[in-house]
Amino acid sequence: MIFEGADTVEATVRAVLRDVLGIDEARVAGFDAQTELFGSLPELDSMAVAGLLTELEDRLGITVDDDEVDGDIFENFGALVRFAQAKALG
Amino acid sequence: MSAPALAEQIVRDGPATGPVVLFVLPLFEEANRLRRTVRLAMRALAEREVGSILPDLPGQNESLVPTHEATLSSWRTALADHVAANGRPILIASIRGGALIDDAAVAAHWRFAPVRGASLLKTMMRTRIAGDREAGRDTSMAELEAKAANEAVRLAGNILSPAMIAELREAEPVAIAPCRSVPLGTGEDALPGRPLWLQAEPGEDAGLAAAIADDITTWMTSCANF
Repeated sequence: MIFEGADTVEATVRAVLRDVLGIDEARVAGFDAQTELFGSLPELDSMAVAGLLTELEDRLGITVDDDEVDGDIFENFGALVRFAQAKALG
Repeated sequence: MSAPALAEQIVRDGPATGPVVLFVLPLFEEANRLRRTVRLAMRALAEREVGSILPDLPGQNESLVPTHEATLSSWRTALADHVAANGRPILIASIRGGALIDDAAVAAHWRFAPVRGASLLKTMMRTRIAGDREAGRDTSMAELEAKAANEAVRLAGNILSPAMIAELREAEPVAIAPCRSVPLGTGEDALPGRPLWLQAEPGEDAGLAAAIADDITTWMTSCANF
């Protein structure tokens, strides 16, 4: 079951990136763990990060302490998914 | 003397008699992101022979009232003034944070993607902190919350008073009836489109506007109050 939950979280992270950054479905579907985010996706600036964190919280039912958020979780798609999975699945 | 709310700009479309849809936009920056699509929805309603109005509330859009003088309570009162001054059967259609102030007594309500005040507040605070960081200032969430409790602060382009922030933190869409609430999405009873309120790039979504008009018209037709 843990894998099912992990897949759901990954799908949610993908959907949040699509919705907050306004990037199309096909492009976001092509993201893999190594896809670089911050610094490589022009749509992802520090302002967009604000909306992205709140959407992740609301859709995954998690709380993110802003002091624990550093650039590392936005380095690539894999890092962001791992962060969200750790929060949502414990 | 008329209520101050009624001195603000009101956009009208469609027939001037019969039932009318009163739109309540999302709050703060999100209003700017949805305004064009709501205008398209008003046009689409007019093509379906349904009238609609979109009032500025004091402190919003073209209003000369400074935003730091506004509170959720003052907006709720302003909406009630608009309802009282309008002799037509009214459906209030609110979007996102509009659902936090839309509970005036009218024939029916319709809500699209309602959101809690706490979520709006958190995004605005995070945006402020990110802006500070770009300007070389490190502000923690705790510092900003402490400051905002005592003085008006600028959050994502709007100056908000401690009273507004306290109200936002607690605000939930109020239970009202009859009300139809629809989310954005692809399922049944969801409206397909882009979540424009999340996106910084200005845009409009004609497909979503048509879906809004269709859904409101169907709900009006099925609702015995009209």
